Amino acid sequence: MSPLLEVRDLGRRFGGLHAVDALNLTVGEGEILGLIGPNGAGKSTVFNLINGVFAPDAGRVIFRGADITGEAPYRVARHGVARTHQIVQPLTNMSVLENCVVGACFGREDLPLARAEEVAREVAGFVGLTERLGDPAGQLTIAGKKRLELARALSARPLLLLLDEVLAGLNPAEVERMIDVIRSIRERGVAILMIEHLMQAIMSLSDRIVVLSSGRKLAEGLPAQVANDPAVIEAYLGNPEHAARLRGAA
Amino acid sequence: MSPIAFLRKPTFWLIVLATLAFAFVPLWHDNVELREELLIAAIYIILAANLNLMIGYAGYINFGNIVFFGLGGYVCVWLVSSHGWPLVAAALAGAAGVSFVALLFGLGILRLRGAYFALSTIGVNEGVKAFVANFTPWGGSTGIYLSIEAFQPLGGPKQALWVIYLLLVAVMGLSLLLSYAIKTSKFGLGLLAIGQNEDAAAVLGVPTPRYKALVYSASAFLPAAAGALFFFKSAFIQPDDAFDLVFSTEAIVAVMLGGQGTVIGPALGAFLYEELRSTLLTSQTFSNFQMVIAGVLLLVIVLFVPGGLMGWIHRRWPRAKRVLE
Repeated sequence: MSPLLEVRDLGRRFGGLHAVDALNLTVGEGEILGLIGPNGAGKSTVFNLINGVFAPDAGRVIFRGADITGEAPYRVARHGVARTHQIVQPLTNMSVLENCVVGACFGREDLPLARAEEVAREVAGFVGLTERLGDPAGQLTIAGKKRLELARALSARPLLLLLDEVLAGLNPAEVERMIDVIRSIRERGVAILMIEHLMQAIMSLSDRIVVLSSGRKLAEGLPAQVANDPAVIEAYLGNPEHAARLRGAA
Repeated sequence: MSPIAFLRKPTFWLIVLATLAFAFVPLWHDNVELREELLIAAIYIILAANLNLMIGYAGYINFGNIVFFGLGGYVCVWLVSSHGWPLVAAALAGAAGVSFVALLFGLGILRLRGAYFALSTIGVNEGVKAFVANFTPWGGSTGIYLSIEAFQPLGGPKQALWVIYLLLVAVMGLSLLLSYAIKTSKFGLGLLAIGQNEDAAAVLGVPTPRYKALVYSASAFLPAAAGALFFFKSAFIQPDDAFDLVFSTEAIVAVMLGGQGTVIGPALGAFLYEELRSTLLTSQTFSNFQMVIAGVLLLVIVLFVPGGLMGWIHRRWPRAKRVLE
């Protein structure tokens, strides 16, 4: 079976910097693929290349067998790829509900307004925002805004969800709730490609993990394999001997 | 919203009532003075309501919005004088033509954002003005005059002035209905999203280039029709009057005063601004003082009440949102 998303030899330079270099990855139907790597490894750039915020210099992005390389973000959204932003991007003066209705209206199903509102209400309830529906999005707490990012993306009824650090900045209780939400999204059959720095969370959520470093793929495999890969440990912590000493000290 | 849903909305009936009042109050009393005053107010309302589609909905400031008014006037007056078209056909042709040109321009200049877009709109107005001033078929810098015969098909000058007035009031009503229809549509929701955060809107699937060009074009149609009627009434058009940036600025003041992004606000702002302006214009101490007031007004609004009158009312009485949208 062909994968849902296939990224082939993807590359993008900014000036002399190879932000992403010859990257290959696939996400299968209903799979959660974790994308990790040190700061500046190019993870968010990969998202921007997949959903069309940037056009790649090289390589292809294939979604459900169709080549969507370099298509504008609003077209990619129509194909069924939704994303959240690492730095939240609420439509500040619009209500939480309206934010979600935008997602539903212009998402994969291109719903009319009334139907979109039903979907938006349902998704907002699923994510736990029902009590805040009428509030301006700008008034939410950071945890609330992260939920809104997720709700808006889900309102589009995507087939693939790109999650860019939805757990960052949340307290442990909020992280727990968000992890539950992510699990139930997958149960609904939505495939997820997620960037996360919270190792414990991404290791437990992901089916497979791809490690990026300086724009290149450093490792790929099951969470346990990747966590014990010396190259990965070195990328994160430097020299393995130092790392061992650090771990011994901890 | 379906057409039937509109019938249950207070805002819809408010628009209908205001339009009927504009039409019938001067007509009943056969009050020509009042008619002339309301005619100017109607033009300000048309300009403000359509400008609001850009500023209030899509978040793009169009400083050169008067270019639509002027071009619509030119196309109409030219079609009437050189080709003998009837007024309504010429006005419709002007509106459609200007709207189409705006669509083409919009696809180009709407790639720009923020201050750069705003500057480019001044460029569009000044560019068109310079072009028209050198365009011989349109009389160059001396413009086009209509002979008195042009009013004959409308029943002579006296009756023609009433016909033109009523047509302008209809354009005003349509402007407000268009604002309302867009505001409550999926298109409007997309525009509001663009106005809040264009990049986020695009990621959510809003087709931003198409929507921006469409709203720019839509905001041109009725002002062009108004310009057509206005300059036909004047029986005279020249570049300096047609593409006067003062009008553009006043329309922005009206939108901000009434409340950008609301349906009723820009119309309210335009009406109040016009009342103020006519007071200042007729006062002997303050001739041409209205632009000073307009400037100060704009500063005060932007600094202290960015939501304008409607924003203030909505904040003060949140329930009013349901009645006055």
